[in-house]
Amino acid sequence: MISVYVPGNSLLHRLPAGFKLFCLLAFTTLLLVFRSPTTVALATLAVIVGYALGGFTPRIALAQVWPLRWIVLVLIPFQLWLGGWQAAISIVGTLILAVAAAALVSLTTKTTDLLSTLERILAPVRYLRWDPERIAFVLTLSIRVVPVIYSQFGEVRDARRARGLERSLRAFATPVVIRTIGYSHRLGDALIARGLDD
Amino acid sequence: MIVFENVGHTYGERRVLTDITCSLAESRIGIIGANGSGKSTLARMINGLVTPTEGSVSVRGLNPARKGAEVRKFVSFLFSDPDAQIVMPTVGEDIGFSLRRRKLAQDQVLEATRTILTTVGLSDYFDHPAHLLSSGQKQLLALASVLVTEPEILVCDEPTTLLDLRNTREVADLLAALPQQIILVTHDLDLVHDWDRVLVIDEGRIVADGSGAESIAFYQRLLVP
Repeated sequence: MISVYVPGNSLLHRLPAGFKLFCLLAFTTLLLVFRSPTTVALATLAVIVGYALGGFTPRIALAQVWPLRWIVLVLIPFQLWLGGWQAAISIVGTLILAVAAAALVSLTTKTTDLLSTLERILAPVRYLRWDPERIAFVLTLSIRVVPVIYSQFGEVRDARRARGLERSLRAFATPVVIRTIGYSHRLGDALIARGLDD
Repeated sequence: MIVFENVGHTYGERRVLTDITCSLAESRIGIIGANGSGKSTLARMINGLVTPTEGSVSVRGLNPARKGAEVRKFVSFLFSDPDAQIVMPTVGEDIGFSLRRRKLAQDQVLEATRTILTTVGLSDYFDHPAHLLSSGQKQLLALASVLVTEPEILVCDEPTTLLDLRNTREVADLLAALPQQIILVTHDLDLVHDWDRVLVIDEGRIVADGSGAESIAFYQRLLVP
C-alpha cells in the first residue's frame, strides 16, 4: 500500500515535497470536514487530474488502492446498513481518495526529499529532547520496509502451502513474526554499521 | 592494524569465541570455518557490532566497543543479506543515504553516487526501486553503498552466500580490485584461495593461520579427516 517514487519530470514531480505534503493535508481535511457524495465526486475528479498530471496510467492509479479492496468490501454493506448509500459513498470514497492522494505524493516525491522536509517540519520536537532526524528517518524507513515484509509474507505462504498447511494460522503467523524480528535485528545492525547511530 | 588480544565471547551460556589473539595487517584476509564456529562474531567485533565479553579488540589503536562511531568512519561492513542493508527505496537514494553525515552539496552527492554506480555496473539503475533488483544487483548496491564512503577497511560477512555463480564472480572481482584492506568471512573457499592470509576458525578458536592455500588445505583435512 506504500508506493515508491517513480522517476519523472512532470509538474507534480517538480513541486516541492513540503508543498505536496501541505496539499495532501488540506485535501484529506476537506474530505473529512465536507463529507458528502458531492465532495467525493469533486475529489475523485481532482485525484484523476493529479494522476494524469503526474503521467500515470489508470492501471498504476488503480494499483495504489487495490490493496484496500477487502476493507472496502466489508465497509460498503456495513455503511449501507448503518447510514444508507450516501454514508457508504462518503466514507468509503474518502478512504479510497485519501490513500490514492497519499500514494500520488509518494509516487512523485523522492524519499530523500520527503526525509528532509519531514526533518524541517519536525524540528520543534527538539525542544522535547527528541531527535527530529531520527523520527523522520523512521517514518521514511517504513516505505522501504513494507515491500520486504510483504515479500516475506509471500514466501511464508508458499512454504505453508508446500507443507500442506494452507489453513493453519499458526503455520503462517509464527514464521512471519520470527522472520520479521530477525529482519529487524539485521536491519538494526546494518543501520549501526552505516553510521546512523553515530 | 587490527589487533585481537585474548578475545572471548559468550551469548548467554553459549561460548562462541575462546582466547583469540592475532594481529591483522595484510591487505587480503579471509576467515573460514563451519557454521556456528564464531567467524561472524569475530568479524562483527571489528566495527563494534559485537563487544567481546573477554579481552580486547583494537582497530588502529581505537577500541570499537568504546569508540564505535570513530571506528565506523573508516571501517565499513558488508552483510550477507542485502535486503537488510538497503534502507532507501531507490538505488540512488540508498547511496546518497550513506553520504548524509558528510553534509555534502547535492551535486557532490550526485557525482559520487553516479561514479560508484558505474564502478559496480549499476549506472542504469539510479532511480530504480531497490526492492525490484535481483539478489546479485542488491548485493552490488549494498557494496556500492559502503564503498561510496571510501572506507579504509572493509569487513564482509558472507557477501556471496545468497548469490548464484555469476553474481558471486562479479562481487569477487569487484572485491579483488579494491584498494582497501578486506576482511572476508566466507564459505566459498575459491574466493580466498589466493589471499595473503586465511584464518580457520573451529569451535571458537583459530586452528590454522597461514596463506590461502595452506589454510584451505588444513580446513579440508579438518572437515574430511
